[in-house]
Amino acid sequence: MTAVDQVLAQFQASGTESCFHGRHIEPQIYAGLDGSNWRLADYQARGGYQALRKILGQDGSVGMTPDQVIATVKESALRGRGGAGFPTGLKWSFMPRQFPGQKYLVCNSDEGEPGTCKDRDILQYNPHIVIEGMAIAAYAMGISVGYNYIHGEIFQSYDRFEDALQEARAAGLLGDKIMGSSFGFQLHAVHGFGAYICGEETALLESLEGKKGQPRFKPPFPASFGMYGKPTTINNTETFAAVPWIIRNGGQAYLACGKPNNGGTKIYSVSGDVELPGNYEIPMGTPFAKLLELAGGVRGGRKLKAVIPGGSSSPVLPADIMMQCTMDYDSIAKSGSMLGSGALIVMDETRCMVKSLQRLSYFYMHESCGQCTPCREGTGWLSRMVDRVENGHGRPSDMDLLDSVADNIQGRTICALGDAAAMPVRAMIKHFRHEFEHHVEHKTCMVPAYV
Amino acid sequence: MISEAAKARFAKEVAKYPADQKQSSVMACLAIVQQELGYVSAENEQEVADYLGMAPIAVHEVTTFYNMYNQRPVGTFKLNVCTNLPCQLRDGAKALQHLEKKLGITMGQTTEDGMFTLQQSECLGACADSPVMLVNDRTMCSFMSTERLDRLIAGLRAAEVK
Repeated sequence: MTAVDQVLAQFQASGTESCFHGRHIEPQIYAGLDGSNWRLADYQARGGYQALRKILGQDGSVGMTPDQVIATVKESALRGRGGAGFPTGLKWSFMPRQFPGQKYLVCNSDEGEPGTCKDRDILQYNPHIVIEGMAIAAYAMGISVGYNYIHGEIFQSYDRFEDALQEARAAGLLGDKIMGSSFGFQLHAVHGFGAYICGEETALLESLEGKKGQPRFKPPFPASFGMYGKPTTINNTETFAAVPWIIRNGGQAYLACGKPNNGGTKIYSVSGDVELPGNYEIPMGTPFAKLLELAGGVRGGRKLKAVIPGGSSSPVLPADIMMQCTMDYDSIAKSGSMLGSGALIVMDETRCMVKSLQRLSYFYMHESCGQCTPCREGTGWLSRMVDRVENGHGRPSDMDLLDSVADNIQGRTICALGDAAAMPVRAMIKHFRHEFEHHVEHKTCMVPAYV
Repeated sequence: MISEAAKARFAKEVAKYPADQKQSSVMACLAIVQQELGYVSAENEQEVADYLGMAPIAVHEVTTFYNMYNQRPVGTFKLNVCTNLPCQLRDGAKALQHLEKKLGITMGQTTEDGMFTLQQSECLGACADSPVMLVNDRTMCSFMSTERLDRLIAGLRAAEVK
């Protein structure tokens, strides 16, 4: 280790705060982790690779057919953990089974949605659970090659995943003839290098092909035209990580952990104004109030003002609405927002909503790939207008104008980044219009200034 | 010039993809170049293009599209401080301002001794650890209070002098 590395090592997270705090509820993915037990032998001691052994019939059973694996995942009501919440089993069934050429499996670990940091802890502290989940998915869809595309900023987790891949290959858990069966699966790690848009699945595919990450038109969907134009399935890291438990315990058992149509546990990244920011794995359908309590409550005993419940792209919800919600796709959707990636950005009573929106609107302008005019130009307009309202140069007509610009971006772009930029603006104005009006009229925040 | 050692690392990346899809490894190759040389020059882009059988402009598109590639020389230590909303709520902007004051530069600049380049960055994906900062693309530093920032800067200065 160089002298510089020694210095830097002192400032790295140990995971104690974000992951090994013992305040999960019946965790599956984060269960039993301590930061030092990420290796293959540790994972196997926790029951790891038993699910893969089971489907391949290497545990003395007859094994499971690909159709049985997909049926089990369908039964579990596992929904995509990356943000869209699409039923995983259904997605897997879209892959053409009899396709004669190469097919690909891709894991989307390009976790850059502001507020979200759950996949980082999975890759860092339990990487083999992702490898096992991907191998099971590959078996179910008849795929022989996969890639895990990891956010460039978490390079240490990319290195960690590479190490785990080496272990799995050496143990015959990846490669040809896995566990002596006829099933083979090659898996590789890939890193991004700083582009939020690559979390969008078709931009990610472009990036995997060595190009700038500009999203593709859909249709055709990746299941028919994906990586190198071949059928491809893309799932989020946490989605793959949920699969081994489902195979070991059955789809019904997983569904029973959550609530109907929202199976299993989910990892929530809680950031902002709470006492104990971190990742919390809890059953789907747990009340938000309980999650807030796990995160130590609002910081300094202050009053809750608002929560962005599913990553920065999801519409903000005021405290009174949020406190009525349970943490699952359906409850949050009913309240007018989205569960998204499960990242909760908590804001207390001292926060200015205009200032909060200002930072988010800047972000979307910065990260727009520039391909579609409404997004490329519109995100700039939004950002500059929120800027002027925040800085006391707003006009009374600005709120309606912001809403109109947002309306003209939403639904008019190739990918969802346009919607992601528009939704926070519209929700902020809908719920906190009086704060914007106060800014325009009095040229200051309603709350005392903060940095 | 890209070293032979770097090219050996290129080969490992190329091997991840089908033989006719060498271009897929361009991002990894450019990141290796940056780790070795500090930034990616037009000459390096040409070398990578030759190595992968790509048009130089296609390599340049990648260098310019992704935020983490340095298109010009940076300081010995590139510091990227996240100021996105989750970090802003937990002193991310304060961390950046503290470093600006401490290093006597504004974001985007490099100190006169060439030791530090300071940049504002977008979400690093470690929101629960905020304020967070990325050092030289590869090392995440967590919970960067002003006290820890001071210790880090002092530590890096001392390590570099050794």
